[in-house]
Amino acid sequence: MTLELDADVLVVGGGPAATWAALKAAEDGAAVVLADKGYCGTSGATASGGTGVWYVPPEPEAREKAMASREALGGYLADRRWMARVLDETYDRINELADVARYPFPVGPDGKPLRTGLQGPEYMRRQRVRVRRAGVRVLDHSPVTELLTTDDGVVAGAAGYQRQADRAFTVRAGAVVLATGGCAFLSKALGCNVNTGDGALFAAEVGAELSGMEFSNAYGIAPEHTSVTKTAFYNYATFYRADGSVLDGAGSQRGRSVIARTLLASEKVFCKLDRADEAARKAMRLAQPNFFLTFDRLGIDPFTQPFAVTLLAEGTVRGTGGIRIVDDGCATTVPGLYAAGDAATRELICGGFTGGGSHNAAWAISSGSWSGRAAARFARALGPSAARRQVRAAGGAGLRPTGTTSSVSAAEVVGAVQAEVLPYDKNYLRHGDVLRAALGQLDGTWAAVRSGLRADGPDVVRARQAAAMVAHARWMYTSALARSESRGMAKRLDFPELDPAQHFRITSGGLDEVWARPQEVAA
Amino acid sequence: MIELVSAAQCVTCDKCIAVCPTNVFDRGADGVPVISRQQDCQTCFQCEANCPTDALFVAPHTHPLPAESFAHDEEHLRRTGLLGSYRRDIGWGHGRTPGAARAVGPALSPSGPPLIS
Repeated sequence: MTLELDADVLVVGGGPAATWAALKAAEDGAAVVLADKGYCGTSGATASGGTGVWYVPPEPEAREKAMASREALGGYLADRRWMARVLDETYDRINELADVARYPFPVGPDGKPLRTGLQGPEYMRRQRVRVRRAGVRVLDHSPVTELLTTDDGVVAGAAGYQRQADRAFTVRAGAVVLATGGCAFLSKALGCNVNTGDGALFAAEVGAELSGMEFSNAYGIAPEHTSVTKTAFYNYATFYRADGSVLDGAGSQRGRSVIARTLLASEKVFCKLDRADEAARKAMRLAQPNFFLTFDRLGIDPFTQPFAVTLLAEGTVRGTGGIRIVDDGCATTVPGLYAAGDAATRELICGGFTGGGSHNAAWAISSGSWSGRAAARFARALGPSAARRQVRAAGGAGLRPTGTTSSVSAAEVVGAVQAEVLPYDKNYLRHGDVLRAALGQLDGTWAAVRSGLRADGPDVVRARQAAAMVAHARWMYTSALARSESRGMAKRLDFPELDPAQHFRITSGGLDEVWARPQEVAA
Repeated sequence: MIELVSAAQCVTCDKCIAVCPTNVFDRGADGVPVISRQQDCQTCFQCEANCPTDALFVAPHTHPLPAESFAHDEEHLRRTGLLGSYRRDIGWGHGRTPGAARAVGPALSPSGPPLIS
């Protein structure tokens, strides 16, 4: 009944980072299995959203400018050496996409190819084809639910449940790459409902650490009651109150908090993209056809007709927090376990702020490629005896409750987490008193999950997602409270200034006991 | 959310069942996909983009629409060109140019490159 597979490298996830990891591990000679919760090719924020790419030609001046431009925004927590190697790797891989995968990059008015962005569906359908042609065994609709480890704590595979085949599966592997994305708390932000922070839970259960979890309060603008959280074109927007007067200070890049405050006051916020001229309007449709899906189907002309907007939580998808990376191959602190893409911290290249897909896309490409190669090397060094290792399942919450009765449902847990992380006055406009109260609620929810969330068969997937979201929220708020200042996106109403004495990263972890502590930024 | 599966258009290729990232569909007794878990739909439009016969319609709303909604009026959706519009816009389908090749948008800053995604 259970599907049992062996591999050198198991890649968990099916978005950009996962496909780059699988490709590079396979090119290195590894036997690779890729297991995705949804469908590799459509899963995740990039496939549906599309993305800019931090693609900068290797000209010293351009590279210097690219690196310098984001340092202050990110609160000076990025690392120049990592920025430089991500720029190098991304440049090579994007050119590989053009030359090998034949991605149809557009040509600019000057006749030169433009390679600073990727259409999501096109990018990811090509990545799927490439992965399969490289000999990777792709398991779609196969959410991993827990890691497997040896007695001495080395990660040696994973187990999960194939939803469409309706059977459990295990993959014994020499190394595992977690490329499961960030966590957007089922907010319905575009393409993000598969991003429930599962990888971070799996990692923490085997003792891995997280970093930068305070950078987890990204909110994307979307037309009210819709999903398309693509925000670039709101640079052309004017925001209005219900009475038609201009909402002072509101904006996309600066002034999103004004929108949040107005919405919190139970006022609607309206928007018109009335600063785009005719040429821009035409070009916008070509660049982002998905941006216009919403308007065309609602029968709204966004350039001339006001439409109500909302802010949807994008958590650590557009935040920068994630699993802590400890070497150039994107190893975690646990042997045999690697992390890539949004599942991993992106602080190394953008500190405490992203806001755009561009850096995340470059990070996914780079960390994916590095982790795939490093995982292949790790597996090879183990040799053929790796497959004969004794393993045990590492999952806890939602899988193996400590209590004997089933006392809470996954849906109840999701509701409880969302009540603490989606509201703008809790997660976006943060205040220590509010964070502490929310954390208290979340600790209670975790205790309930740990003792009484029980699921079997396919329901295990929802239980684990719920558990992952609670864990994620607790690392977020514990880390946010550990930073009594405002840095990057981790702003605090009660500590509005940057404090030079807190120029450190914040590492966090733990499940029943959550911890957070300062970590020096490497020089 | 996914609101319409056109039995008239559907060629029972199972593609939408396969590509839906959140596993919304099941195969119906007649082979035509059934929307079994609409509440799990994340309104990502991927099923529509991948349907070879434009048999699906995803409404932009993240909540279910009532039976009388435009999203269930197949004739209206066809007449207005909304059915299959996403696939057309991204240039997928025989004889079309991939939208990626034409995706030259405006530059968001005076010195910046054109936005292409």
